[in-house]
Amino acid sequence: MTQLIWLTIALPVLGLLINGLFGRRIGNRTVSIIAPLMVLLAFLVGVGAFFETMGRGGEAVAVPLWTWVTIGDFNVPISLLVDPLSLTMVLVVTGVGFLIHVYATAYMVHSDDHGHDHDDRDFSRFFTFLNLFIASMLVLVLGDNYLMMYVGWELVGVSSYLLIGYWFDRPSEAQTPINLGSNTEPVKLQPLLSPAASGMKAFIVNRIGDVGFALGVFLLWSTFGTLQFNEIFPRAVEVSEAMPSVIPWIAALLFVGAIGKSAQLPLYVWLPDAMAGPTPVSALIHAATMVTAGVYMIVRSNILYSLAPGVSMAVAVIGMATAFFAATIALVQVDLKRVLAYSTVSQLGYMFAAVGVGAYTAGMFHLVTHAFFKALLFLGAGSVMHALHDVIDIRRMGGLKDKMKITWITFWIGGLALAGFPLMSGFFSKDEILAHVFEASPILWFFGILTAGMTAFYTFRAIFIAFHGKPRDHHLYEHAHESRTPITFALSVLAVLAIFGGLLGLPTFLGLPHFLNGWLEPVLYELPHAAEEHHMSFGAEMGLLATSAVVAVGGIFLAYFFYMLQPSIPQNLARSTRSLFALLAHKYWIDELYDTLFVQPGLKLAQAFADGLDKVVIDDMFVDGTARLIGRFGGILSKLQNGYTGSYALATFIGVIIMISYFFLR
Amino acid sequence: MILSLLIIIPIAGAIVIAFVPRDQDNMIKWLAVATTALALLVSLPLYFGFADGVSGYQFEEIRPWIPALNINYHVGIDGLSLFLVLLTTFLTLISVISSWTAITDGLKEYMACMLLLEAAVIGVFISLDLFLFYLFWEASLIPMALLIGKWGGSRRIYAAVKFIIYTMAGSTLMLVAALVLYVNGGTSDLPTLVSTLSLSQNLQIILFFAFALAFSVKVPLFPLHTWLPTAHVEAPTAGSIMLAGVLLKMGTYSYLRFAIPLFPDAVAYWTPLLVTLAIIGILYGALVALVQDDVKKLVAYSSVAHMGFIVLGTFSGGQQGMSGAVLQMINHGLSTGMLFFMVGVLYEQRHTRLFSEYGGIWVKVPVFGTYFLLAVFSSVGLPGLNGFVGEFVILLGTFKVNPIAAALGTFGIVLAAWYLLTATRKVMMGPFNEANRNLKDMNMREAGIAFVLILFCFIIGLFPNLLFDKINPATAELAEMISATTLIAGQ
Amino acid sequence: MIGQVPLSYYLLLSAILFAIGAGGVLIRRNVIIVLMCVEMMMNAVNLTFIAFSRYLDSTTGQIFVFMIMAVAAVEVAVGLALLVELNRHKDSVNINDFNSLKG
Repeated sequence: MTQLIWLTIALPVLGLLINGLFGRRIGNRTVSIIAPLMVLLAFLVGVGAFFETMGRGGEAVAVPLWTWVTIGDFNVPISLLVDPLSLTMVLVVTGVGFLIHVYATAYMVHSDDHGHDHDDRDFSRFFTFLNLFIASMLVLVLGDNYLMMYVGWELVGVSSYLLIGYWFDRPSEAQTPINLGSNTEPVKLQPLLSPAASGMKAFIVNRIGDVGFALGVFLLWSTFGTLQFNEIFPRAVEVSEAMPSVIPWIAALLFVGAIGKSAQLPLYVWLPDAMAGPTPVSALIHAATMVTAGVYMIVRSNILYSLAPGVSMAVAVIGMATAFFAATIALVQVDLKRVLAYSTVSQLGYMFAAVGVGAYTAGMFHLVTHAFFKALLFLGAGSVMHALHDVIDIRRMGGLKDKMKITWITFWIGGLALAGFPLMSGFFSKDEILAHVFEASPILWFFGILTAGMTAFYTFRAIFIAFHGKPRDHHLYEHAHESRTPITFALSVLAVLAIFGGLLGLPTFLGLPHFLNGWLEPVLYELPHAAEEHHMSFGAEMGLLATSAVVAVGGIFLAYFFYMLQPSIPQNLARSTRSLFALLAHKYWIDELYDTLFVQPGLKLAQAFADGLDKVVIDDMFVDGTARLIGRFGGILSKLQNGYTGSYALATFIGVIIMISYFFLR
Repeated sequence: MILSLLIIIPIAGAIVIAFVPRDQDNMIKWLAVATTALALLVSLPLYFGFADGVSGYQFEEIRPWIPALNINYHVGIDGLSLFLVLLTTFLTLISVISSWTAITDGLKEYMACMLLLEAAVIGVFISLDLFLFYLFWEASLIPMALLIGKWGGSRRIYAAVKFIIYTMAGSTLMLVAALVLYVNGGTSDLPTLVSTLSLSQNLQIILFFAFALAFSVKVPLFPLHTWLPTAHVEAPTAGSIMLAGVLLKMGTYSYLRFAIPLFPDAVAYWTPLLVTLAIIGILYGALVALVQDDVKKLVAYSSVAHMGFIVLGTFSGGQQGMSGAVLQMINHGLSTGMLFFMVGVLYEQRHTRLFSEYGGIWVKVPVFGTYFLLAVFSSVGLPGLNGFVGEFVILLGTFKVNPIAAALGTFGIVLAAWYLLTATRKVMMGPFNEANRNLKDMNMREAGIAFVLILFCFIIGLFPNLLFDKINPATAELAEMISATTLIAGQ
Repeated sequence: MIGQVPLSYYLLLSAILFAIGAGGVLIRRNVIIVLMCVEMMMNAVNLTFIAFSRYLDSTTGQIFVFMIMAVAAVEVAVGLALLVELNRHKDSVNINDFNSLKG
């Protein structure tokens, strides 16, 4: 299976070709079999390769396909790398991807008010794009050089663009203001971007990051003369000694790409708007897989980051700052998907904090568990949306637990995992990160634990408002119903994974096995002069673990207290801190800030160039101006042409006489 | 003999068409298709018979032309020109088919012009004699100007006159410089001049300027670009395809063919200026494209930006940049040609190109929408498609020599995404504009053209070595030529 | 016979003819007369050629004369045709009415 790993990419490509070219002819039912089937087959190939690699002890195998570009000393093959790291990603992408495909076969069927089901208008287009995404993501994680990673990097960006803008003709939507009680002015919310605009925003913001990534790749090539992982990493230490400043530059430039793709400060702004896409897309691309590409990239390039401690620290600080910042915004969001979106940004921040302090395995661990529980939460949110005819505002929900039991239970499980409730998957992965962060910097840890508390709070705030209490919109409530089997199936499987995903990395200090530590060991490079690994005492580890548990439970309880026991408290609190509340509700006005600082000046400059410089100065003054000048000069000369043939003849004679006299009198 | 045939066939076709009665529209169309298809067929052996990994000219032909002055009819191709010749024969066929229903008035003259244009452009790409080259260079202006001036939009005369005078004025100094070379070298044969002539550096700098001015107008390099949007907006669809697809390439190709090998010592002197202008072109073209309200004008300005990349690669000083530049010429021909074609499909039905007249049409025309999107992706430089390889390699080559230029150029791809996706959004997405309710999707002919174009985009994107293997020997030689002179200058 | 008449006489006659022709071209307004004057100038030149041909005993001059006569015939043919068209167009033979090329 290892040598056939190219099938994992080829199968989704085959699926997208079939569905893209013949989707309308073969019918939607066939489409909804082909698309998930291809991903399932890819998953099975991945599983086969997984066991083979286990058997080899994690040794990496390159599968060369063809030579892509050769120019002089620049030579890049299309070649796939099968090693523990890429296989981890392959399994997550195809595994979660398969579940989401199955889910989408039901999700993309809308039921109308009379209970009739209708396929989405462009059913086959949706699955074509979804398969395209799977293939692109696999190129990203399987490529065995930086150029292929960059190729995948761009391709997932375009799949994301296509899928966010899938409902491209939907307009921008206004949001109902948040009411803060009778005698306070409600907080008005910005309208939501249209899907088309959101997709574009995502693509462009991603491309800004990609500039950094591309420059990093260029610098890698100028430094190493190759882009192959297995040629760069072994030489990194030697190069770093010869040219100490280059590796940090490379690491920093590549990280700029990760900032864009993985929605970190300051380029996170596209991710919340990406929620305009269909919910399976949000679950697959904007929670489970694509946005974690930056983490994957850093783990892949771990030696480069280990050799650039300053950059790594910056990664950790940016990660933790993002985690904290996004969590504060999530506290007050009223749109269920956006709560989850900011929580994704926040959790990605954790992962970066982990890889920033050198805890690469912990970062990957959280990546995997996060893929399980966040996909679960998004799919749960989608199930709710489906039941409520696309209503996503939690203020119009309430009491849904009686109407949709499976969605409710699985959402709880996802919420517990996200909050880091003891023994759930998120608990172990988050705790491992926090323990490593504590070792590196207690200040960062403090923000981390604060974020953990907020995470627990906002997650359960959403759960309590949406699923518990009394229905707020009776019409919607009456029509709500449990979703169909493909949806509940995906939810159930992911729920099991969200509970037991933690088994991949149990705490080592308790003497429990940590599968990922051993599994990922072959891809992690040791620095030659690495300090003796420093272990915290059992007591300290235990203390951190207990703190995490207490904070998680405390956050959940606070949400219970606020939204179930004393619902007046949050409103009073918001009223008394109205300006702070409004600041959070408006997402710190960051979008508006970027608009004023970059977009509008850019457009104004462009307009000035087009109307002023181009039309007036260059074209009119210089180009047409030259023509006019010559024309005017010609106009003066043409006065000599008075139209009388006689005068022309006279001029000729005089000319001839002058010439003849010149010859005679010379 | 193949190369001469490529000039003779279109001319013969044009003459035959001239004798067909005016009312035989179908016969004229089929004759034009047959001629261009034949030319394409004849040009294919150039690819398959081209020896890989060998530098120097292939398929060469030398015949006395003006023996008294030692001027010969000397043609031949190498890696630089091979694909441009193929692109020309291919795009001419596409252009002829694309004007199947668009042209009703003066069809006979129109097709004759297309064929003469093909002959002249191929002549430019295969000439290895300065005067032969100059002849074809100027000859290519006439059919193009006629295409704009007779079958163009409302300001067609203005555009045609501007086009012809601007480009002709640009190339006058080139003629003078060619004469200087001829007088100094005693021959106008390019390979002989390159291998034997040794001019002083000052003279090289002056002559390089004379040549570069002609080429820069053609490219067009900022700030000599303003004829291009005017010409594009007024030209008929097929005219735009030919103009963007092959005529602009005459400029960038000639840098590599003439300016650099003839005046290697002057390259270092002019590189900073040309690279700066290329970078300005990339960013400026993109910004101006962003705020256009006419789709075709947007594509025209995008050409300014894209051609900037080619110039950047040409003067990156390394083999990667040059090979990338050659590839990017082909890429730009395919993807921009396709964009113009797509715009033409809309224009033929709606007779407007204003963004405000469109919106949400993807619902109505799914096939068109898909191809339009693919064309945009190819132009944006998305991996898997052709544009990515060219731009990546150009920027990679530039980075090694000039990281700041590469960084600015890379930023240009962000802007490219911005304006092209804005165009996509305005045309295809958003609420459906009811003015388009009668819009029909592409028919088989149109979809076939789009399919073939995008197929080549994918092939180049996935297997660029099919081209690079043939391009590399020529660029390696050029790169060596420049680096040799820099070494001497350094000592 | 010509031996008795000195060359200078011919040249003088030719010069007079030429001057009359030139004067006519410059002064006269009627296009037909202008055209005739041009012919006269040409014939003055012919006369010079013939005279020199005889004087130098060379036939080159005579060949030239034939050429000029042929050109003159062509000129008359084209010129008169143009004239007829012009006359139709402007309904005039006054040379000063044909001034469309005025700057």
